[in-house]
Parts: sequence; structure tokens; C-alpha cells
Amino acid sequence: MPRPILLVLVVVGAVFPLLPGVPVFWVTLLNNIGLGALVALGLVVLTGVGGLTSFGQAAFCGFGAFTTAVLTTRYGWSPWATLPVAVAITGAAALVLGLLTMRLSGHYLPLGTIAWGLSLYFMFGELELFHRHDGITAIPPFHVAGYDLYDSRGIYYVIWACVVLAALATRNLLDSRTGRAIRALRGGGMAAAAFGVSTMRVKLVVFVYAALLAGISGWLYAHMQRAVNQSPFGINAGIEYLLMAVLGGAGYVGGAILGSGLVTLLKDQLQRILPQLFGSRGNYETIVFGALLIVLLQTAREGLWPRLVALVPERRHQPRLPQAEPLPARARPPAGEPLLSLQSVRKAFGGLIAVNDVSFNVRAGEIVGLIGPNGAGKSTIFNLVTGVLWPTSGEIKFRGERVSGRSSQFVARRGIGRTFQHVNVLPNMSVLENVALGAHLRGRKGTFSSVVRADRDEEARLLAEAARQIERMGLARHMHRAAGSLSLGQLRIVEIARALCLDPVLLLLDEPAAGLRHMEKRELAQTLVRLKNEGLTILLVEHDMSFVMQLTDHLVVVDFGTKIAEGRPADVRTDPAVIEAYLGGVA
Amino acid sequence: MDATILLFLLQDGVTNGAIYALLALALVLVFAVTRVILVPQGEFVTYGALTLAMLDLGKVPGTAGLLIVFAALALAVEVWANRRRLSLKLSGRLALFYVLPPLVIVVLAGWLAPMRLGPVPQALLAIAIVSPMGPYLYRIAFQPLSEASVLVLLIAAVGAHFSMTGLCLLFFGPEGLRAQPLITTGFTAGPLPVSGQSIAIYLAALGLMLALYLFFGRTILGKALRATAVNRLGARLVGVRTALSGQLAFLIAAAIGALSGVLIAPVTTVFYDSGFLIGLKGFVAAIVGGLVSYPVAVAAAVGVGLVEAFASFWASSFKEIIVFMLIIPVLLVRSLTATHTEDEE
Amino acid sequence: MSAPILVLEAISVAYGKVEAVRGVSLSMLPGSIVTVIGANGAGKTTLLNAAMGLLPANGRLTFGGTALHDHSIEERVALGMALVPERRELFGSMTVEDNLVLGGFRTAAAERAQSLAQVFARFPRLEERRRQLAGTLSGGERQMLAMGRALMGRPRLLMLDEPSLGLAPLIVRDIFEIIVGLRKTGVSILLVEQNARAALQIADHAYVMELGEITAHGPAAELAADPQIVASYLGLGAAAD
Repeated sequence: MPRPILLVLVVVGAVFPLLPGVPVFWVTLLNNIGLGALVALGLVVLTGVGGLTSFGQAAFCGFGAFTTAVLTTRYGWSPWATLPVAVAITGAAALVLGLLTMRLSGHYLPLGTIAWGLSLYFMFGELELFHRHDGITAIPPFHVAGYDLYDSRGIYYVIWACVVLAALATRNLLDSRTGRAIRALRGGGMAAAAFGVSTMRVKLVVFVYAALLAGISGWLYAHMQRAVNQSPFGINAGIEYLLMAVLGGAGYVGGAILGSGLVTLLKDQLQRILPQLFGSRGNYETIVFGALLIVLLQTAREGLWPRLVALVPERRHQPRLPQAEPLPARARPPAGEPLLSLQSVRKAFGGLIAVNDVSFNVRAGEIVGLIGPNGAGKSTIFNLVTGVLWPTSGEIKFRGERVSGRSSQFVARRGIGRTFQHVNVLPNMSVLENVALGAHLRGRKGTFSSVVRADRDEEARLLAEAARQIERMGLARHMHRAAGSLSLGQLRIVEIARALCLDPVLLLLDEPAAGLRHMEKRELAQTLVRLKNEGLTILLVEHDMSFVMQLTDHLVVVDFGTKIAEGRPADVRTDPAVIEAYLGGVA
Repeated sequence: MDATILLFLLQDGVTNGAIYALLALALVLVFAVTRVILVPQGEFVTYGALTLAMLDLGKVPGTAGLLIVFAALALAVEVWANRRRLSLKLSGRLALFYVLPPLVIVVLAGWLAPMRLGPVPQALLAIAIVSPMGPYLYRIAFQPLSEASVLVLLIAAVGAHFSMTGLCLLFFGPEGLRAQPLITTGFTAGPLPVSGQSIAIYLAALGLMLALYLFFGRTILGKALRATAVNRLGARLVGVRTALSGQLAFLIAAAIGALSGVLIAPVTTVFYDSGFLIGLKGFVAAIVGGLVSYPVAVAAAVGVGLVEAFASFWASSFKEIIVFMLIIPVLLVRSLTATHTEDEE
Repeated sequence: MSAPILVLEAISVAYGKVEAVRGVSLSMLPGSIVTVIGANGAGKTTLLNAAMGLLPANGRLTFGGTALHDHSIEERVALGMALVPERRELFGSMTVEDNLVLGGFRTAAAERAQSLAQVFARFPRLEERRRQLAGTLSGGERQMLAMGRALMGRPRLLMLDEPSLGLAPLIVRDIFEIIVGLRKTGVSILLVEQNARAALQIADHAYVMELGEITAHGPAAELAADPQIVASYLGLGAAAD
């Protein structure tokens, strides 16, 4: 959003409650919008960016609210002093629930959130400590410089200060090394794992982050309302928070505030109009909210924020090319040193043997080609080497160390970079950011540094490294374009640049030349030879025979999961077994 | 606890478990065929139960109006989707699917309701009123999303649950209702009185499972539904329309929901929002079966019923908490046995 | 001379902003075998999928005189088109017989029984395995089942995507013999193959695809003799010459 508009909004927001003639009721509505926006901001990171859905955020609000309610009423704590405790308890609860459910892919997580969301809701209503269904009353208000913030106008500033801080923190988080890792969860996490991102850890981080924002919202709520019971922390509230995020545009910081604003105002209006219309009291707004959610998913899944932003004309400015000190590089092994060795590696999927006792070696400084007909097991071998799959039997060693049966992160850390047969980039992220994901392991700064922007030096160096690799691969012109707008052939090159960002010792390329034109293939071959001359070792799968023949030093041929030949390219192509495999026996 | 209480709790648990089993079957079916996690399954239970209770009172149930709302919305969606190719033939087909059934059913309900035909005909009428809402719901909410991810479908399902609960409040009001038992006679087995209603529930559950087994194993339509569940693209390539499979699965789910509602209406007082919790217990069972296994889901459903019965004896106020927290160890086991690659979505 | 059964005119298919197929035109006569050959990633599968309605395409598509625009897959099946996709897409946890019966989902019950007998006569292996689950079949049997299932719908056009994929040479020979046999029943066959040599041997007419475009076409025998085609697509053996 352009700075002038943002500035105007902040000034209007700051003076609004003080304007004469503004009813208290309006300020109260704004307070509710702020409370909802805090929770929705968490969902922006969790659901919109990370692709993890939770219907249970209201329960985390409950943790924040009840913690401060008990501490202030029972033990006489100051409301401000309870914040760290509320944050700690909410965070601990989220950590436990996250550890239990984060490993599950797809839909189990949201189902789990419904179940524990309900359980916690019932729990809040049963605990003696929380005075069961009656709840806790007479909670003290916030106290600032000798004043108690009893009225809506006072607490307005506390709530919106929290919202502004949370929005800044969320923006900072998304625009960082951790942020790239969070976004990479969307693509299924395979690419992220291949570059050393611990997807489980990142999921936990976003889950706890979202829970903390919800907890803070609950903490604020308790001191605004000065009474809490179980009712605002149920599944219905959880669904409303998700509606806010989806309506505003899950994935956009501004969307959270917009969504909260629209849902809160709509709810207020509906609760006034519908009972009059239907002649009796009840939560009829759920009819509209449910329908709204479905219509949004059918027609505007990105939410309203992107559409709103599109209305504001934005000056297109050329992003500056990142400049920074280069990152330290890894020492390369001397040419000829045995680098990768597969010893009788076998992989069975049920009864199907995809890789059948395959052995071969790759030496430092070589380009080795792995060829064979479609479905011969080449990509499976790649996945076994990179820890995506674990062999049924046999062993894979890299520089003398066993890497089979280890995680993708472990393999990446040892210096094996890879590309994918089915291009695995995030289409909405720029080429630069996609490539920078490859440098993940070369950075150290974590979530907290990102949030407080203590990561800027390192971030500049990571981006500069990414830019360097993009230039090296000849894609500098496309650096700031969304990756989804490139051709398939170009995306394969983007993947190579990303793998180079890892500062690899060994590069695994899965069909790098597929989809390239003749000239582009020649350029790619030259680039690969240059990389080899710089001391990099390359293992590649490729179908284009002339490409493979002129480029490789050594060829391994597999068919039906079994190695059928190995040797210098010139020898391999006259091998009768190879000719039989390629041409079939059709006479 | 003495033997009588034990037996009583067992009976109670198995009876509830049978209901959860029916719901779990429907959930697994709908998920397999359409990838929709049918959160509003519970609302069909509520609709079925409240419809029967109203028929008991000789009144035309609110679901008759609801059926018209559903049909009208579905028709509107269909007309909009086909606005460029509306022909006389297509209009006739639309009328046949979206106008005729609700019209016949509502007229029938208006005519039969005051006659108070007795429990079984009323139960059948209740199921007939509620069942068509299933395919209409699919047409309105899910068919336009048939290519979306499981997650998007799940959020839409939660939206449908939200709306349908609100509509139920609108059409039935906030008061709870209870129906007359289908079978009033009972007998005693040793120290334990066995109610006719429990027997009816067991018989209905077993009968339905047998019917589903025959439908899926013997009929081409049932096989087509299974085929869609196994391989959607494969099914489309042999000419099975995804929309047809989806509507059929939703019809079965709504009918099972309504049947469950009819079966529990005489046992417990049902409020406009009661179905959600009942449906979720079916979920716990379906999730134990990984949303794919019918037998495991049925066994787990009986387990959920038993845990609930014993929990309500020992710690009644924590009953729901215990049942829903059950899902955590289940998910934990699933997560520990899950492979370390995440290739889906 | 009869009218063509399938005509593609200037067909383009895009994934997002990336065009995988660009302006492809192709036409085939009823009862003929037409093959599309080309390297991996050339767009052959995309082209077939677009013809079957699995992917939205720009351009004009006519089947048996009917112009296809927003016809769904199911409507194309009803018109007499059938696709055996690269991944076969069988119903793995159902029996061989159920798979075949479902192939005749759109036909009447009596006709279905008749078709089943015919398919069993053509593929005796499938009759032996009729009670076995499709997921437990070998690669060659799976391909036969996929073809048999497609034939159960009595199609006028059979589109085969890489039928030799992942099969041993001996079985590939069987499959190609079956394809030749099918042509005699009058069904038209559109064959997409990486195994260019085998495909050119049985086809009447061939198209060569490269980076989403048709770069050459003509009678299959002529293409098989074209030195440039030989060098590019007839693989390793030629390179060794």
C-alpha cells in the first residue's frame, strides 16, 4: 500500500476517538475490529501463507483471557504483568497441540483443530478455577500513568497499538529467510526440505505465532470486557476468525484488518436486522456468514484485499539489485575423489521393485549421466540419494558418510543440491525469492530476528547470492518477475540457480534440458561445463541423447530398475543391451 | 458399579455407537467420492429428528419450507451455470430434478402430516423430506468447487454447517423436541430392560449396512460410485459424471443422517444445534479409519459410543471433553505411523 | 474418400502463462492409425488430454462432424471418444471384471455383457484374471485392462497415450500387435508414443511434435525414412551409426 495512504490512515485512526460527536459505540466496534484483526493476522501467516487451516484459534484467545483473569482477580497481579504469562501459557498450549498434529498433512490438522477447539471450549466452562459457566467477573482495567482505562476510548489505543505492532511484525516475518520457508510449505514442502528447511519446525513456528497473536487478543479482551466466560471461545468464534481471514484475503497483512472490519460490522448489522425480520431472537447471522464463506470460496478465493489494492494505482519502480558482501563458500573436494557411491541400493514399493540392487560411483569433478527409458527408476534413485525416499536395502555414501536413511535436510547440509523433474517452484513468488530459498542453510537468523528486523545484513547477503546465481545462469532479466510467468524451460534453469545457492559439492539435475530450444540447450551445456571446470560435480538424468553424449564423462544406464550398462558414453551407446532397451524388440 | 449398571452402560454405548457408525459410514463415503469432509452431516440428523417430532404433533415440519429453500437455490445455481445453453430439453430435466421432487414431497407432507399416520410412516416421510437436501446442498456449495483442494472443500463444509444450523433455528426455533418411540414395546434380558427403540436402532443400522454392501457390490451405479472414489479421472474417462457421483453420495449421506435423526429423536431431546456434536462423534470414528476404511470406522464408532457411555457415568460434565480429546491420541498414532514424505497437496 | 473423424485446428493449450501446445493442427481419417511422436515434454500428452477435454484448449476441435467446445469429458465419451491415459487410471482396488463392466457404464446392460465377451476374446489374459484386483496386475496386463476398459464403451476413436511406457520389449510387441488388430474392427486410433520406431511401423500417418508445435508430418513410412527424423527420434542406434 502506498505510504501516503497509510500515513493518512494512521493519523485518522489516532484522532478518531477524540473527535467530538463520535459515539462511544463506534469506538467499541473499532475495538472489536482490532481484537479480531489480531487473530486474523495469525491466520494470515498460518493459513494464507503457510497453507495450514485452524478452526480453533478462539480457544487460544481463551488461554490469554483466562490467564490474565485468574492472575488479576485471584492473585492481584497488574494487568500488564500478566502479559508474559498469558503469552507463555498460550505458546505452551500451542506447542503441545502443534507437536501432536503438525506432522499430519492436509485435512487432518483442521479436523484436529475442531476437536480440540471444542474440548477446550467445554473445558473452559467446567473448570472450577474459571468459575465454570458463570465465568470470572470484576477483572481490573488497564492502568496507565495513574488512570484506569475503563472506557472504550482509553483501551482503543492499547488495542490498536497491539494491532499495528502485530501487523509490522507479521510483515517483517513474511519478508525474511523464515518467511520464504513458510511460503515454501505451500508447495508441499518437498522443495523446502531439499534446501534444508525443517518443514516440521517451520509449521510449529507459524502455529505458535498465530496462537500467540490470538492469546494477546484474548488478554486484551479480558481487560476490555472486564469479565470472561467460555462463550466467546467456541468453535463458532473460530469459524468467524477464519471467515475474516478468507474474506479479507488470507495471505495479506492488510486483508486481516479489512476482513475483521467487514465481518465485525456485518455481524453488528445482521444481529440488529435479522431478528426484526424473523420476529424472534437468535444467532441468525450464521446463515449469512456460512453462505458468505461458500460464495467467497467459489468466486473470490484470494479475498477482497488484492482487489482493493488493484484500485490504487501504484508507481512501478524498478527494484534495486541487492548488493552485499558474498557469503563464505565451501571448500571443494579435489578432482577424482570418490564423492557419491551407491552400493546395491534397492527400493520396493509394495511388491513393485523400482530400483533393483543398483551400484555406481560418482567422482569429484565429473559429469555423470543417468539414462534409461521412461519409468526405469531414475527419479527414484534421485529421491533415494536426496533423502526423500529411504532405500529398502543397500547403502548410499557421500564423501564416505552414510546418507541413506537420513532426512532431506541432512543431505542438503552435506552439500547435495538438486532440481526436480516436475518443476517445483512457487509461482507467485519472484524468481529472486525462489532462488534465495536455495541459500536457506547459509543463513542463521531465525524467527525472532526476522520479526525485529535484526536480520537485514544477512538477508541482503542471501539475496545478493541469489541474484549472483541468477545472473550466472543468464536469467537476470527475469529476476523480479513472478516465477509463474516464466516458460517451463526457464523454470528448469531457475531450479538450477536455486540449487547453486546451496553452494553444493554435488548437483543432481533431473531432466534439465527438457522443454529447452536448441540454442538454449547449447547454452545450458556450456554453463554446465563451466560449473564443472569450477570444481562442481554433476549427476544428471536426461532424455536428449545428443545432449548427454557430448556433455558427460561417464554414463550409467538403468532399465526396469536395474543397471544394465555403465562406462564411457562412446562405449555405452554401442552396448547391445542398451540398444535393446531403447529400441525395444519390435521388428 | 454393579452388573446391571455395567450392562446398562454397555447397551447405551452400543446403541449410540450404532448411530455414530451410520454417520461414520456416510462420512467415509462422501469423502471418498467427493473429497468433502461433510461437517454438516450432523445438521441432517437434526433435520430428521425435528421433522419426526413435528409430524408426531401433527404439524407440517419446518423442513418442508427448508426443502423448498434448498431446491430453489440449487435450481438458481443450475440455471445460472447453464445460462448460455438453456434449451427446452434442459429446462425439462431441471424441472424434473429441482421442482418436481420438492413439490411432490411438500404437498405430500402437507396432506399427510395432520393425519398422524403413526411412527413408522412418519419416520419414512421425515427421511423423504430431508434426503433431497443432500444433492441440492452438493449442487449449491460443492459442485462449483469440485476441482478445489480438500482444505477449501472443508472450509466450505464448515460454512454449510454454519448456514444450516442458522436455518434450523429459523425454521424450528430454539426449543428442543422429542418424538414418540418407533417401537413402544420392550423386553427384559436377565436383569436388563431392553427397549424396543434400541432394537430398532440395531436393526436399522445392520439393515442399512447390508443395503449399502449390496448397492456397492452388485449394482452398476454403486460400482460407479466406488470407481469415482478409487480414481476420479478414471471414472470420468468411462463416462461417470463427477456431478452425478457427488449428488448420489450426498443423497445417501443425507438419507443416513435423516435416518439417524429419526432413530434418536425418541431417545433424546434434539435442539436446532444438537446435530453438530453427534456428527462430530461420527467423525472421530471416521478419522480412526483414516477416512477410508468402512469396517474400522464402524468398530471405532461403537468404541466412541462405549467411551461416551462410561464417561458420562464417571465424569458426566467432562463427557464431551473426553470424547473429543480421544481424537488427539488417534491423530498422534496416525502421525507417528505416517511416512516422512508429504506428497499430497 | 470419407470425411475425417477427428480434426484439430490451431489448438493451443496453456498452463498458466506457459503454452505447452501451440497452434497444432491435425486430422485423421476413420479407420486409420495416426501417431504423434516426439521427445519427453514436447506436449504430446497435453495435446491428447486437450482433445479429451481434460484440459481447456483454444482452437477448433471437430469429432465425427460435431464441433466440440465446452463439452465435458463425459460428453465426449458419450460421443464415442475414448482415452487410455499414460497413467492408465485403473480402479486399482476393484476387480478386473468390475473395471471392464464400468468401461461400459454408458451402455445398456445387455450390450455390456456382449462387449465383455468380446473383450475377453481379444484379451484372454484378462479373462484368466477377471476376479483379481486391478492393482495387482503386471504392467502389460494393466495396459491391456486399460485398453479393454476403453473398448467396453464401443468407441469410434481410441486415443492411446504411451501404451509402451514402462513395458518390457516383448510385451510392447504384444501391445502393438493388438493395436494393429483393433484397427481391423474399424476403430480409429490416435497413438502418442516415445517409442517412435515402433509407432512409425504400425501407423498410416504420423506427426512429429517438438516444443509444443508440429514440426513435420506425412505418411508414416516417409517419416521413418527421413534422415533428420531418424537422427532426432529414432534414438541411440542411429546416433551410433
